[in-house]
Amino acid sequence: MNADVSAGKQKLRRVLGIVRKETRQAWRDPSSILVAVVLPLILLFLFGYGVTFDPRFFTVGLVVEQPTPESGSFTAALSQSPYFRIETARDRRTFEAALVAGDIHGIVVLPADFAEQAYRGESAPIQVIVDGSDPNTADLVGNYLGLLWANWLEQESVSRAQPLLPMAVELQPQVWFNPEASSRHYLVPGSIAIILTMIGALLTALVIAREWERGTMEALLATPIEIPELLVGKLVPYFLLGMGSMALSVATAVLLFGVPFRGSFALLTLVSAVFLLAALGQGLLISTVTRNQLVAAQVSILSAFLPAFYFSNFVFEIDSMPWALQLISYAVPARYFVSTLQTLFLAGDIWSVILPDLLGLAAIAAGFFTLTAITTRRRLE
Amino acid sequence: MTETLVRIDGVTKRFLENGTPAVEALTAQIKSGQVTGLVGPDGAGKTTLLRLIAGLLLIDDGTLRVCGFDPKTHAAPLHRVVAYMPQRFGLYEDMSVIENLELYADLRSVIGTERDEAFARLLSFTGLESFTGRLAGALSGGMKQKLGLACALIKRPRLLLLDEPSVGVDPLSRRELWRLVYELVDQDIGVVWSTAYLDEAERCASVLLLSEGKALYQGPPQALTRSLEGRTFQVRNISGERRAVLARALERPAVIDGVIQGRSVRLVVGKGGVAPAPGDIGAGPEAVIAAVPPRFEDAFMDLLGGGPRGRSPFADAYASREHPIDSVVEAQDLTRRFGTFTAADGIHFRVKRGEIFGLIGPNGAGKSTIFKMLCGLLRPTSGTARVVGLDLAKAPSEARARLGYMAQKFSLYGDLSVRQNLEFFAGVYGLGGRRRRDALKRMVETFALGPHLDVDASTLPLGFKQRLALACAVMHDPDVLFLDEPTSGVDPRTRREFWSHINAMVANGVTVMVTTHFLDEAEYCDRTALVYRGRIIATGAPDDLKERARGAGRSDPTLEDAFIALVEADDRESLA
Repeated sequence: MNADVSAGKQKLRRVLGIVRKETRQAWRDPSSILVAVVLPLILLFLFGYGVTFDPRFFTVGLVVEQPTPESGSFTAALSQSPYFRIETARDRRTFEAALVAGDIHGIVVLPADFAEQAYRGESAPIQVIVDGSDPNTADLVGNYLGLLWANWLEQESVSRAQPLLPMAVELQPQVWFNPEASSRHYLVPGSIAIILTMIGALLTALVIAREWERGTMEALLATPIEIPELLVGKLVPYFLLGMGSMALSVATAVLLFGVPFRGSFALLTLVSAVFLLAALGQGLLISTVTRNQLVAAQVSILSAFLPAFYFSNFVFEIDSMPWALQLISYAVPARYFVSTLQTLFLAGDIWSVILPDLLGLAAIAAGFFTLTAITTRRRLE
Repeated sequence: MTETLVRIDGVTKRFLENGTPAVEALTAQIKSGQVTGLVGPDGAGKTTLLRLIAGLLLIDDGTLRVCGFDPKTHAAPLHRVVAYMPQRFGLYEDMSVIENLELYADLRSVIGTERDEAFARLLSFTGLESFTGRLAGALSGGMKQKLGLACALIKRPRLLLLDEPSVGVDPLSRRELWRLVYELVDQDIGVVWSTAYLDEAERCASVLLLSEGKALYQGPPQALTRSLEGRTFQVRNISGERRAVLARALERPAVIDGVIQGRSVRLVVGKGGVAPAPGDIGAGPEAVIAAVPPRFEDAFMDLLGGGPRGRSPFADAYASREHPIDSVVEAQDLTRRFGTFTAADGIHFRVKRGEIFGLIGPNGAGKSTIFKMLCGLLRPTSGTARVVGLDLAKAPSEARARLGYMAQKFSLYGDLSVRQNLEFFAGVYGLGGRRRRDALKRMVETFALGPHLDVDASTLPLGFKQRLALACAVMHDPDVLFLDEPTSGVDPRTRREFWSHINAMVANGVTVMVTTHFLDEAEYCDRTALVYRGRIIATGAPDDLKERARGAGRSDPTLEDAFIALVEADDRESLA
């Protein structure tokens, strides 16, 4: 009994010894501070200011084959729109080269009798040409012009007092949870998940590889320390550092980018902690397998950052991916974290979303730690 | 009262299945209360054996018991009683002396008053009391090694394993470390000291001599050395070229080994052999042959069946040269500062054509800095460096075309074949067409590389690697050859072969610059400069330096004694 207690105390002392050593090293090593503080800020600014899917300013070439009162009215509607800047001409060939060169984002052709055609209910009375090599812009321009066209028709029918042919379906978009429909509001929480993936993997990817590279692992392994003690000792300081980065990122998102936060901080802390364990576990595994800092850093970018970027619903929709890729996404911790973060920020404590995410994260974290414990052997081979 | 701590019985360790074993069918014992020397060149299996004993690797075959424990099944209790200091000492350079000690105390559960006592005892034992707050990375090589030792000793072990503790450490610190180790031995701790320096074997109570994973000898070193009594001689008062005398002596069938020792030549004759008469080896009319006591290295060479014999192919293959300029390498007030640190301070010397000039000193003394300035790899803060009369600051590429450089650990491309390495270096030196073909052919013939041409350089045996590295450095017929630690860690046989090539080139008028911390290698030099803390504290022939240390209680001082005496005198001067 007494021996057990003292063995337990010795264990604890060894873990604390490693914790103290790692903390001292992290504190003195500017690169870990850089990773924990500067990297999240840079990435957050990049995603917060640099990436946006909101409508922007489009230049469109308007071809008016024959000026009529209707064409004048449509031209006015188009140029009043905050999204478009227009240039006009009589011949579409004037704009073709500019469209190919990317100087303009689309061409709108108004045939001589476009108004009449529209009232007769003929399809496609006006022609919209967009550059399909840039599909995002092409879609946006096409959609906005479609909306603008519908608006214009409605206004014309009122001013002419001539009823429009009834439309089969009327589309009325209604945006929930993000009423401002600001892409920043869902990009910033998503980017926090990507950032934390990166930080978690990088922080720990380097720490065991460094011991191997500097020859200190050999000296450690020749002492009575056991592998789980070593792993826990290494994890604790970086876990705290990672939670610090998380707090910094959330504060920046709410205070600087004005992203609303509708959930509870307690739940946010819980999910972040579980997610961080998964990310740190992945880093530890990489570090143990590669035993080389340079390779470890590259592997952690390839195996943590890229999948987090592609398979997390952050930018690319998982639902529209082939099933094989969808399957892969279940193994990516960021998938769960992006969904939880977006929910907590924009909707609130929605347990039906967060609970499955939490379970997924816990399972992945457990998987990484098991693999790390198996691969970190007590010996040098 | 000695007990057997380690029983090694038929132990074999392979890293690749069916590969060459790193340790092969080894049987040996290690006892408490004495220093057991694990002696052998790089790649002999020393580190592997230490790791097996420390429980960091598992044996493939045989049985191993360490302090009564099987390392495979009882690793934990073994780690409690065995302390291990790996190469590079296992220190955290970004932590202070006391923080390193605290970590190992935590890991070995040394707490409370025991902890305070251990710190006080080890700090005074190693003389690190006044450096407790200094970062380990900022300590000198000797102090790092003492700290490594202190960390290993935090809990008194039964067995202490030291992996090459004296590499890169100045002779003064090395002597100090031996003193510390003898104190431990007096407390009945068993110490294993691994080393590639054969002179250290003589300080051990027992020696396990390893070569290619096998034990060549086990027992007291004196017993082995004694077997050579009456077979070791020194040719003194040589008039004329001592390198030629050595070459001629090695052509005699009775002589199994020979090396240059300052101005003299040391010879070992085979069993029942007779030393050649000075006249027979062209040593000149005043030369005498004196019997000298055998060294451990002589015995090792005897076990290996003698050193390389005969003439170096270079004696005939290398064109002899005449130069109008007599001072081939010249350093004038060379100074190099890195920030506030002066790595080289007012370095001044001239090297004549056909001379071997050595820069000797411990790691970090400034040898490499001086060397790099002379090869044009580093710009001096002030002063001038000249090679064959060309100022390296003004005509760096012309000067570099006249010099050959062989880096430490031979910078070959391991994943290129021997032929590709040679072709690459021919290209680097701008050899083309006929000159290139001729140079390649000459190198392949001279160094007998023909059978290995399509083998990857990394898989070559050490001796061939060294030949290839030398071939790559001399392919363009340089006037000056720069050698950076050319044979440290290499077995004595390969080292002799290497120097036979160098000697042959020097005979043809090539000038050689060497850096080394390995004092045996300095014996090959015509003149040496002792570098210490960025300055040259003494210059002269090895024999003259030894002469300066004579009288201080030593009748026949070694170069190491001379080194220590000169360094101590310099320390006193700088204090005064």
